[in-house]
Amino acid sequence: MANFTPVASLAGGILIGLASVWLLAANGRIAGISGILHGLVAQPPGDRFWRFAFLLGLVIAGFAWHAFVAPAPVREGFGLGWAAAAGLLVGLGTRLGGGCTSGHGVCGLGRFSLRSLVAVAVFMATGMAATYVMRHVL
Amino acid sequence: MISAFGAGLLFGVGLWLSGMANPRKVLDFLDITGSWDPSLLLVMGGAVLVTASTFRPLIRKKDLKFDKTAIDLPLVAGAAVFGIGWGIGGYCPGPAVTALSNLTVEPVVFVAAMIAGGLLAKILPPQQAGR
Repeated sequence: MANFTPVASLAGGILIGLASVWLLAANGRIAGISGILHGLVAQPPGDRFWRFAFLLGLVIAGFAWHAFVAPAPVREGFGLGWAAAAGLLVGLGTRLGGGCTSGHGVCGLGRFSLRSLVAVAVFMATGMAATYVMRHVL
Repeated sequence: MISAFGAGLLFGVGLWLSGMANPRKVLDFLDITGSWDPSLLLVMGGAVLVTASTFRPLIRKKDLKFDKTAIDLPLVAGAAVFGIGWGIGGYCPGPAVTALSNLTVEPVVFVAAMIAGGLLAKILPPQQAGR
C-alpha cells in the first residue's frame, strides 16, 4: 500500500461524479465514455457534436494537467501489441456489455441499477485475474 | 455545447487527480496479490457518492428511460471481456481518451483498437449490443 493516495483519489472521484451530474443535468446524457466514443463513430451525424465536445474536454484536461500539475506518466516495457490487444478487448467488451467503468460504474451504480452492479462485479473480477496473469504468471 | 465540453474537462481533471489516468496505478489496484493500492476504491466511492445522491431525481426530471434490465449473456460476457482488456492494459475508456494528451504512441494504439473493437461488437452478435 506504498502508493496509497486517499485524499487525491477521493477528491478526483468526486470531480468525476460532479462531471457526470453536469452532463446529465445540462445535456440529459449519461457519462459513459465507451458509449460516447462509440456513438461518435457509429451514430447518425446529428448526434455527434456533444460527444465530440465532451471527448475534446477530456483530452484538453490532460494537456492542462501535464502543463500545470504533473508531467505525463511514462511506461516502459509494455509493448504496443499488448496495447492493441487490450484496446480491442475493451472496445468489444464495453459495447457488448453496454458500458464501462463510467457508464456502469459511476453512473449505473449511481442510479442503483442491478445490471450495472453485476457488470462492475464481473469486470473487477476478470480485471484482477488478468492483472494477476500479466504480472505474476507471464 | 459548452456544457458537454465543460463536463468532459472536469471529468478529465478528476481522472488525472484521482490517479485513474495512470495505468500503473490502475494495475496496482487490480493487483490484489502484489503491493495492492486501494486508492481506486476511493475514486469509485467518491464518484458514486455524488451520483447516487443526485441521479435518480435528475433522471425522473429528464424523463430518461433505461429499457434494459435483464442480466443477460451479452452483459456478463461483455463485462468479462472488458475486464480482461482493462487488466492487461490498465486503461478503461475514459483514461485512454484523456491519455491521448500524453503524446505517446501507446494511448493512440489503444484508442484505435478500442474503436475497432466497438465496431466489431456491432457486427458480431445477432442481438443488438448495448448502447
